Amino acid sequence: MKVVYILWLREMKRYVRSRVQLMVSIGQPSVYLLALGFGLGPVFQRAGNGNYLQFMAPGVIGMTVLFASIFSGIGLLWDRQFGFLKEMLVAPVPRLGIMVGRALGGAMVAVIQGLLVALVCIAAGFRPVHWAGAALALVFMILIAVVFAALGVAIGSNLQDMQGFQLIMTFLVMPIFFLSGALFPLQGLPTALSLLTSIDPLAYGIDGMRSVLLGITHFGAATDLLVLTGAGAVLLVIGAYFFSRIEI
Amino acid sequence: MIRAQNLVRTFGSFTAVDHVSFEVARGEIFAFLGPNGAGKTTTIKMLTTILRPTSGEIELDGLNVRAERTEVRKRFGIVFQDPSLDGDLTARENMEFHGVLYHVPHGLRRQRTEELLKRFELWERRDDQVKKFSGGMKRRLEIARGFLHTPKILFLDEPTLGLDPQSRNQLWSHVKQVNQTEKVTVFLTTHYMDEADRVADRVGVIDHGKIVAQGTPQAIKESLGVESLEDAFLKLTGSAIRNESAGSADQLRQFARMWDRGKR
Repeated sequence: MKVVYILWLREMKRYVRSRVQLMVSIGQPSVYLLALGFGLGPVFQRAGNGNYLQFMAPGVIGMTVLFASIFSGIGLLWDRQFGFLKEMLVAPVPRLGIMVGRALGGAMVAVIQGLLVALVCIAAGFRPVHWAGAALALVFMILIAVVFAALGVAIGSNLQDMQGFQLIMTFLVMPIFFLSGALFPLQGLPTALSLLTSIDPLAYGIDGMRSVLLGITHFGAATDLLVLTGAGAVLLVIGAYFFSRIEI
Repeated sequence: MIRAQNLVRTFGSFTAVDHVSFEVARGEIFAFLGPNGAGKTTTIKMLTTILRPTSGEIELDGLNVRAERTEVRKRFGIVFQDPSLDGDLTARENMEFHGVLYHVPHGLRRQRTEELLKRFELWERRDDQVKKFSGGMKRRLEIARGFLHTPKILFLDEPTLGLDPQSRNQLWSHVKQVNQTEKVTVFLTTHYMDEADRVADRVGVIDHGKIVAQGTPQAIKESLGVESLEDAFLKLTGSAIRNESAGSADQLRQFARMWDRGKR
């Protein structure tokens, strides 16, 4: 238990101390929100879908949580390259404790970032229809964070160098983001695209947030909750498995 | 304290460690020498439970490394060939983290941290982030950390690599001090033969995965009829230069260095 705590604490300390990371993690989603939100707003309105900023705010929050949590797991690559991973792996503690502590710390950092970006959204004019849904939206954020922190650990355990990181970024993280419906409605998509979005866990997370905050949904909030919980459980097991197999 | 018997480790068709056997007594300082790629680090990895041997047995403090991993891990400290500190944390936080991982009780953790940081002359810088430390300071901190949980054995894998003579001297005098006051067995590797000659009670020389000589530095020099341990080493291992391919870790480290320079 103490092991989980100290690893969690480490993630938090590192986050608070890294000013640049903090700025980038809020700046990037803000750019998406402001540029696309206001840029595509008129088109969206004309298409009869209402206010685009309202629509995409949960998407941008989801994107923030996705990036932050998945990178925290992939951060294992840095720990590996700069040696700290060895310090953790020769310690007389179960690896599961290390993995869980790390994932929880990463997930928590991601949720904090998501909340900060939510504030930016509100400042930019985002108004949830149901303020009461905010607590439920937080639950969805936490679930998204856990799902992708676990996925990050699974990937990070297998990555050996920077090239691998680029591959993951281009062919996994970005597609997860673009196919999640963060930026466009999931209704009426071509079959192939629709199929892809339906296997993207983030799509359920963002849909869940939209459902509790705005009352619009594609899959239904209950399905969202179920799929995310299931994906989280499966990915935690996979992450723990790969983490237990790391050799240095 | 350490007993290795017929240790073998293969990577594919390559045999990195080939039927290596040795013993290190309690309280002894043992230097494990060999050219690059001879199998030193692979051996240390197996001794410290990170790598499973292909065959052979290892006992540490009477415990079988294969069967009692966690117990074995409590009994040794290790300073790796490349740094393993968290640069974003302070010296004290690095110690704290280590202490928690090794189940050192809170009060003792504090007391040992202070004691060790003072001994290794880092106490004034205890609340500075480690990334601001010089190479020598980082090394000292790692060794101090290795002692925190009062291990019975300390492994040092080329601890003086890249340090200036002052830092090297200081480091070894610290290690000898702790070896004497805490009766810690020390297993080290180095490329500096004069260091091994001065510090070690006994040395073992490994080449191409096999042990080619073992004994006190004096005995080895005498048996080969040479003046220095360096001459003995060259006589034993030949003067051909070994090639080691750069792994991905080295490449990334290089990348990180470039990145650091770019920022300045």
